[in-house]
Amino acid sequence: MTDAVSHARDQIRGPAHAVLEGPDINRALIRISHEILERTKGGQDVVLLGIPTRGVHLARRLAEHIRQFEGRAVPVGSLDITMYRDDLRTKPARPLGRTELPADGVDDRTVVLVDDVLYSGRTVRAALDALGDLGRPRAVQLAALVDRGHRELPIRADYVGKNLPTSKSEIVKVYLEENDGRDAVVLLKEGDK
Amino acid sequence: MRRHLISAADLSRDDALLILDTADELAKISERSIKKLPTLRGRTVVNLFFEDSTRTRISFEAAAKRLSADVINFSAKGSSVSKGESLKDTALTLEAMGADAVVIRHGASGAPHRLAGWVRGSVVNAGDGTHEHPTQALLDAFTMRRRLGPLDGRRVTIVGDVLHSRVARSNVLLLATLGAEVTLVAPPTLLPVSVGSWPCAVSYDLDAVLPKSDVVMMLRVQRERMNAAFFPTEREYSRRYGLDRDRVAKMHDDAIVMHPGPMNRGMEIAAEVADSPRSTIVEQVANGVTTRMAVLYLLLGGANLGGEDL
Repeated sequence: MTDAVSHARDQIRGPAHAVLEGPDINRALIRISHEILERTKGGQDVVLLGIPTRGVHLARRLAEHIRQFEGRAVPVGSLDITMYRDDLRTKPARPLGRTELPADGVDDRTVVLVDDVLYSGRTVRAALDALGDLGRPRAVQLAALVDRGHRELPIRADYVGKNLPTSKSEIVKVYLEENDGRDAVVLLKEGDK
Repeated sequence: MRRHLISAADLSRDDALLILDTADELAKISERSIKKLPTLRGRTVVNLFFEDSTRTRISFEAAAKRLSADVINFSAKGSSVSKGESLKDTALTLEAMGADAVVIRHGASGAPHRLAGWVRGSVVNAGDGTHEHPTQALLDAFTMRRRLGPLDGRRVTIVGDVLHSRVARSNVLLLATLGAEVTLVAPPTLLPVSVGSWPCAVSYDLDAVLPKSDVVMMLRVQRERMNAAFFPTEREYSRRYGLDRDRVAKMHDDAIVMHPGPMNRGMEIAAEVADSPRSTIVEQVANGVTTRMAVLYLLLGGANLGGEDL
């Protein structure tokens, strides 16, 4: 094994290697905003619903980009999925996140669910159930900053910031300015902090 | 959170705030067209009521159903209890039916505590004798917080039949945990002997306390529990400890009036006060369902890790 290869591997496998830095995240979100505008004919009837906690921040950023490009204010809300999870019984009862719908609701809108990491797909399944109890959107789409694979349900994202091949033993951690004081996506190995 | 909710004293400040915060989120459910969550699907909640109750039983039933739990209502009248079955045998029957939670109201103080030692599920005290009624205290605190904001330093006055009131005891304990200052106002005959050890102040003069209160909670005069003459006449009680329009005028503008219900209109509270915008009496009923949903979710929603017993 040459030094260059092992060096490259160290970079990939290093304990806290940032897969995306702040500017990368920003570029990905700008691209996703444009894709949403393309796919929805300029953002007509679009509602962005973030899944707490970091999905909500991402949804707000997407809405801000869309406002800059198109001059259109897209309604943003949050959708807590705790009560709809299928793994509630594996842990003590969790505190609830915040569900806040835009004033006009989601009926007949195109709802774009926004989450930070797409993994098993179970969160999205729960979000679809929660959404069904809140109204009847015309269509539901999914945006994720990182798609790390290993789906356990037939779910895919419409907009992806970065496809990140991972092993199941790895942990993908998303840091956002609003929550964590910095922007980064970090790949950790099990046992790392 | 512990596995059972027997006493308001079991709740740490963090536990109590977690319940209230959870209730805040769940309050939105009752504004939706689909007022149901799938969270407790497949769990069974037994309402075990040895004493008459309408609002508490219905409130627990609505709370459990909104969380998709199965509800079995059991009232002592017309059950095997009237044939002489003991509480323990009833408990073992419920156990065999696989109850995940037992909501119990019983005339004897301490009955929920005994029950908690016999069943595997969670026990929720829905009122035991003159002892405690923790979910009422939680819904009262929730109502105050919605109207007034955080309870730290808020002055709460609880007026009336403290001696027979499980609501008063639970409220004093919970409100002290949440940082409010509680004053009990009652004729000396209607205060328990042990009141000196409660985390609250005591007064016999309602008119002196009213201007300093953010919350005035009137208690029902529980004539059905009164086996002696605690005050000379109802008219005299009403004159000295009843809340009428003149007394309400002494309260500051943002202060609220509460009553756990059922009310004796004209006795401890005047009808026009009960129906005024200051009164939270109807809100308390709606908040009862929300708060009990929060309690059931936090007790039953997660894994049963065999948490500590009492």
